[in-house]
Amino acid sequence: MTESEGNKNEDCHAANGVKPGRNGMVKNHHHHHQYQKQEKVYNAACNGELYSRPFIESFEETPMLVAVLTYMGYGILTIFGYLRDFMREWKIEKCHIAREREEQKDFVPLYQDFENFYTRNLYMRIRDSWNRPICSVPGATFDLVERSSNDYNWTFEYTGRVVKDVINLGSYNYLGFAENTGACATAAGEVTVKFGVGVASTRQEMGNLDRHEELEKLTASFLGVESAMAFGMGFATNSMNIPVLAGKLNHASLVLGARLSGSTIRVFKHNNMQSLEKLLRDAIINGQPRTHRPWKKILILVEGIYSMEGSIIRLPEVIALKKKYNAYLYLDEAHSIGALGPTGRGVVEYFGLDPKDVDVMMGTFTKSFGAAGGYIGGKKDLIDYLRSHSHSAIYATSMSLPVVEQIITSMKCIMGEDGTTVDPPNRLFSPLPLNQRWQLQQTGSTGPSGPGEVLNMTNMSLTLLG
Amino acid sequence: MDMKNMREYMGWLYYQYLLITGIYVLEPWEQSIFNTVLFTMVAMVIYTSYVFVPIHVRLALEFFSELVRGQPESTVALMS
Repeated sequence: MTESEGNKNEDCHAANGVKPGRNGMVKNHHHHHQYQKQEKVYNAACNGELYSRPFIESFEETPMLVAVLTYMGYGILTIFGYLRDFMREWKIEKCHIAREREEQKDFVPLYQDFENFYTRNLYMRIRDSWNRPICSVPGATFDLVERSSNDYNWTFEYTGRVVKDVINLGSYNYLGFAENTGACATAAGEVTVKFGVGVASTRQEMGNLDRHEELEKLTASFLGVESAMAFGMGFATNSMNIPVLAGKLNHASLVLGARLSGSTIRVFKHNNMQSLEKLLRDAIINGQPRTHRPWKKILILVEGIYSMEGSIIRLPEVIALKKKYNAYLYLDEAHSIGALGPTGRGVVEYFGLDPKDVDVMMGTFTKSFGAAGGYIGGKKDLIDYLRSHSHSAIYATSMSLPVVEQIITSMKCIMGEDGTTVDPPNRLFSPLPLNQRWQLQQTGSTGPSGPGEVLNMTNMSLTLLG
Repeated sequence: MDMKNMREYMGWLYYQYLLITGIYVLEPWEQSIFNTVLFTMVAMVIYTSYVFVPIHVRLALEFFSELVRGQPESTVALMS
């Protein structure tokens, strides 16, 4: 490790910042091989300057046989789907699914696209594997309600039995704060008794309590930014605030927010920095579509850990690009806050960067903190602008106090301010990135739920080890 | 003992076939339809090969051996 750092310093003075040829390859296992070759000869040229330690991510390619057989299976099931649709059409079989009424047959069809075909004929057959009701706290283990179906998953009945102590590999409960006993739950209980559950007002009217102010100060100090603002719902944080930030200036909330803002959207290839740079250059060179006037603001929207793939954003390169082309960066740390970095401050700390480089840091309290809601952190004047203009602050009810209390208590635990309840943060967090990277490599991009499964497995192993 | 292992192994093979073709998710009558159709097609292939493969093999062998035998005959004819 030390010798690679030494070599990096002497090699990287010539070139500037990002060199597109070396990184951002779409097939990551090629990058893996190439990176290793470079490391032996001249130690990772210019990217070494941006990364304080080697960042290797590889996702397995699907074998050809598996892909062919999967398509063949889909084909067979599609044929049977057509057969069943034919039987439903000719009334040989009773139709259980929603259909249009007779009077609506002349209008644009609602249920004829492939998505509905897929739902009717394939998803219904196997849907007993998902959306299963649980009846306990989603901690390391939980209790599952058993149900059975007599008509092949069209309707379910509860058998009355409960399957106890099922291992939890899919919750967002990354650090185990979502429990019904412990410091967080006790604090939330006390606050409920004192203040009640509902706030019954919006932030701008009478819903701004001292606990909200404390939460925001605490969040700002946790992230290392000047100021922060918290909202009641994580999804709504993105969808309600991006229009405010971007207008008139890899999750669905970002896409929705971007679309609602009315600004022009361009998509770059997943985690591919060459593609991003090309888009930035095109946008700056060509300007607006017809008039070619320059753009006033370019906002790069990225996520800390992509929720669909489980891959980590190449943040040093994005920041280098942002500085080079004078764009703004909006970082959605829904899954990475509390989980990455030596003390849990997120993907910015994981790469050892300065939080002031990211213009807007957004995240949610749903995953690692075991609560609900979202936050946005950044410079003071940005947050002041949001406080007065955000749709969430004007129209949505403010966060209820037990949730606020849960966040404050769990954040203090993570920061180590009341280290009496949990082991010191260093011990809690340092195993996480290593295991996480190993897990990500093992499950790869075909893993079912990406980060949720990965980080909870790590949580499990920590709980088991005690 | 061997029969039991054999039956278990055949059961596992059938399970693999159900999973790979995706038939596993279908209702029993649909599985029967698919199995019947597939079995019929495989039976037809086997029958056709039983009837025609010996004839084709014999004809092919004759064709190639004619080529080999035909060579010395024609050169002898040319020489004399």
